[in-house]
Amino acid sequence: MNIVLQVWRQDSPESRGGFKTYQVKDISEEMSFLEMLDILNERLINQGEEPIAFDHDCREGICGTCGVMINGQAHGPQQGTATCQLHMRKFQDGETVVVEPWRATGFPLIRDLVVDRSAFDRIVEGGGYISVDTGSAPDANLIPIPKLVADTAFDAAACIGCGACVAACPNGAANLFTAAKISHLNLLPQGQSERWSRTENMVEIMEEFFGSCTNHGECEKACPKQISIDFIALMNADYVKAKFKNRRLVSQNG
Amino acid sequence: MAVTQTVEKKKRAPFPVEFYRSAVGKKWVMAITGLGIIGFAIAHMIGNLKIFLPDVDGIPDIDLYGEALRELFVPIFPEYAVLWILRTGLILMFVLHVHAAYSLTIMNRRARTTDYEGPRSYIAANYASRTMRWSGTIFLFYLLFHLADFTLGIQPAAPETWEYGEVFANFQATFDRWPVTVLYVTAAILLGIHLYHGVWSMFQSLGINNPRFNTWRRYLAGGLSVILTLGFIAPPLAVAFGVIT
Repeated sequence: MNIVLQVWRQDSPESRGGFKTYQVKDISEEMSFLEMLDILNERLINQGEEPIAFDHDCREGICGTCGVMINGQAHGPQQGTATCQLHMRKFQDGETVVVEPWRATGFPLIRDLVVDRSAFDRIVEGGGYISVDTGSAPDANLIPIPKLVADTAFDAAACIGCGACVAACPNGAANLFTAAKISHLNLLPQGQSERWSRTENMVEIMEEFFGSCTNHGECEKACPKQISIDFIALMNADYVKAKFKNRRLVSQNG
Repeated sequence: MAVTQTVEKKKRAPFPVEFYRSAVGKKWVMAITGLGIIGFAIAHMIGNLKIFLPDVDGIPDIDLYGEALRELFVPIFPEYAVLWILRTGLILMFVLHVHAAYSLTIMNRRARTTDYEGPRSYIAANYASRTMRWSGTIFLFYLLFHLADFTLGIQPAAPETWEYGEVFANFQATFDRWPVTVLYVTAAILLGIHLYHGVWSMFQSLGINNPRFNTWRRYLAGGLSVILTLGFIAPPLAVAFGVIT
């Protein structure tokens, strides 16, 4: 199949970027979107042109490294799929496909389709950990956790941190990411000791980089792991509780 | 003691200020004030429907209702006292709601200074959710007209025959002017659109979420929008089409 690709090209964070059109001919429908970009890059290199810079790693939808805006949708038209798992058969022969990097102030552009997502690391540093005893290994299943709770925590833990939620959000908010990272620990017994400091810290660090949630629900649809905005509600409830509980802790310490 | 360390190192403002500083806190305030304003809107709509009730001893029912509002809890409270307490609360809720919306809008603009150049295709965001700040702002300007028209009697918003306390007569005079009727009907529809997203969004912002009832949040938002819009549209249209004389 043949497609017309309009790709965002930008040499550096400071330089002016723009769309460049490429005729990508004779590609297989079985290729993933990234493989199609690989083919295009090989052809560009052979022609002596700069290849398109894009992020990728595992290519099996579990690392969260890849991710671009395809035809105005984060990770493209197929829901519940990262860019690496999106196949060319989802496009029509001869279709024009627009490819853009994630756009958010919290994700500064590095080059072409590559953005710096270390703001997510800052958020996780704020409370994405638990306290554990580092003695001998505990017995398996020592802490009873109801199946449904474990399942829900696991749904949140499925977040791969790709940034599609921020990219898709009309407000550039990272609430789905932060909610997922907070919830998968807050739901489990192991996460309770830092529950309130975690929630307050992570939300407030998030707000230094990103916009605010107005409950459009775009993030949920863009998420390759289909993480529900129910977790955002959980985070909102926990944040309000955390504000009161942490205030009490401050008072106790004089 | 990770908890106390992380909490202590930040400089703290008074608690409500500290809470309102965060965007999640602002959304919580927006939800609570929104809820309060909806409560007022429901009471207001029910009050308006008294226009359809027959006269009591030659006095229109809605005039008596207006009188009763002024004399709420009299003689425990002096006349106007409770009414002004309610009004103050309502004004405060509007101010907070608008201020939170304004500052969150600024925050969101800053969160994406370079916008997408290609066209976006939205999947979940609907017309109501994407026009909240427009429906809200336009409604606010309508509200100023509405207060000048009915409460304050400032011309040209109010009809020439406007008289204090004569609710029924003012009502009729105002909606005998068709552009005013169109304005009120438009505003009621805007309110409905605003609430269709607002009511649903309120649950999320307050963290009220239960998979068992989540679909009902949409039904409630839709139902409330339709009921309020129709309830507010009915009296002006009844006057405009001569159902009430």
